[in-house]
Amino acid sequence: MKTTGTVFRYGDNVDTDVIIPARYLNTSDPAELAKHCMEDIDASFVGKVQKNDLIVAGANFGCGSSREHAPIAIRACGVSCVIAGSFARIFYRNAINIGLPIMESPEAAADIKPGDQVSVDFDTGLIVNETTGRSFQSAPFPEFVTNIIRAGGLLNSLKERGV
Amino acid sequence: MAMTMTQKILAKHAGLPEVKAGQLIEAKLDLVMGNDITAPVAIKEFEKAGFTRVFDKDRVCIVLDHFTPNKDIKAAQQSSESRAFAKKHGLTNFFDVGNMGIEHALLPEKGLVAPGETVIGADSHTCTYGALGAFSTGVGSTDMAAGMAAGVAWFKVPSAIRFNLIGKLRPWVGGKDVILHIIGRIGVDGALYKSMEFTGPGVKELTMDDRFTIANMAIEAGAKNGIFPVDQAVRDYVKDRVTRPWEAFEADPDAEYDEEITIDLSEIEPTVSLPHLPSNAQKVSQVRGLKIDQSVIGSCTNGRLGDLRIAASILKGRKVAPGVRCIVIPATQQVYLDALAEGLIEIFVKAGCAVSTPTCGPCIGGHMGVLYKGERAVATTNRNFVGRMGHTESEIILASPAVAAASAVAGVVASPDEL
Ligand code: SF4
Repeated sequence: MKTTGTVFRYGDNVDTDVIIPARYLNTSDPAELAKHCMEDIDASFVGKVQKNDLIVAGANFGCGSSREHAPIAIRACGVSCVIAGSFARIFYRNAINIGLPIMESPEAAADIKPGDQVSVDFDTGLIVNETTGRSFQSAPFPEFVTNIIRAGGLLNSLKERGV
Repeated sequence: MAMTMTQKILAKHAGLPEVKAGQLIEAKLDLVMGNDITAPVAIKEFEKAGFTRVFDKDRVCIVLDHFTPNKDIKAAQQSSESRAFAKKHGLTNFFDVGNMGIEHALLPEKGLVAPGETVIGADSHTCTYGALGAFSTGVGSTDMAAGMAAGVAWFKVPSAIRFNLIGKLRPWVGGKDVILHIIGRIGVDGALYKSMEFTGPGVKELTMDDRFTIANMAIEAGAKNGIFPVDQAVRDYVKDRVTRPWEAFEADPDAEYDEEITIDLSEIEPTVSLPHLPSNAQKVSQVRGLKIDQSVIGSCTNGRLGDLRIAASILKGRKVAPGVRCIVIPATQQVYLDALAEGLIEIFVKAGCAVSTPTCGPCIGGHMGVLYKGERAVATTNRNFVGRMGHTESEIILASPAVAAASAVAGVVASPDEL
């Protein structure tokens, strides 16, 4: 699995409240949530983001509440991957469980600038900044995580495996 | 490669000879747990995905403890949905009003967790069972749904901080003081994502109740789990409770730790955490005299028999101060019965306490002791976040059962030796 897209770049400690503000949690409809994704940190995000674009951020991405609405909103915007220096524990689990690819790479996170074209190979863990030509090796997903993401979430992947 | 205790348990459940920190693995689960708040969400997802059966009806456990006996109609709906699911799937370990207890006190007591096992629960304090030398951690609703369906969960293998416990506890100091002291030292994210492994000669100075309290609050330092070695106290605890075979794991002597912190138990004084973070730890001697309106003795942190014994030893022959409500909540039916048999309940009632059937109740500001604006409680619970026990302008001071009982008598934050 591979993806290429344009980067939206954010800093450290992007919390679940700015990813999807609590005032919009009266719905769990992905399309509705997508309309307000990143609204409190970057009001222009929703208007600009295109299918397959990437979010790149610093340390502790997704800290705060355990709401699964946060990765759902990001995925519903068409974002193909989030690369961060590190992820908060429950966001990390929730993202993979709902089928949003995420990659940890402090080096890539430090190098990549807003608007860069970046490609990610989930099978090898190779992140390439096509704009600068620099590449970064992150840990590839083990097969079952790739399967979760390909299936569109943990529960779908279990179904596919015939559980 | 050398592994920590947690890594060894995970390797075993993943069917791998070894694992290392940061590695993603899929592990077999020995138990999947949810409560009246989290189970209904997981049940919805389980059914939406089209699953029709749970992986093992003996290994999926639902405990109705948060808003029970049902406090309102919404809570009644959540319990009703959980009940229907448990019935449909014939869950062996479904605990309803009358035989339930607060989940993290109940599961070990019922022998549902044994050393070396791997447990997930859709509740953040699932880390409590580390006291038994098991790997247990809190997860989200999709994880619970998947665990119920397949009996597996994926994990990122954690690194660990090693806490080397030395010395002996002073009088009136227990597990709660130890963990509040530790969180005060390392902060609410001091162990983010990691295991907290407790070792050293001081471990044997801690009762099982002390250890449950300490492991329970590992999450309050951001940890994935907290874990204790399997010694004689653990073996004695599980002896009559667990009949299936289990395995004790030990950390390799040369396992790598991110950090090693020595905690001298003899230096720890009765400790409280002031609003609004568990890391705001202070010695009681420094904050004594703060006026309180309520004292809560209970919760998954401190509602066990040992906790009630300590509280009763202080309340015996004394009275709760005028103007203070003291609420005592045995964590399980068994704790309640034992406390009755030992005469503890009578002591509490005579002292002027309200004694309740097991429930989470006030710990999450649900019912049974919700605070109003401007009120302050001393509580043996585990979180003193803004609004946790009620109004956003109320305050919670986290404390041990000894300090909570002494404070109830004094009407102000107090330590037992001042009474
Ligand atoms: S007693 Fe409090 S912390 Fe423990 S399970 Fe209940 S609500 Fe959660």
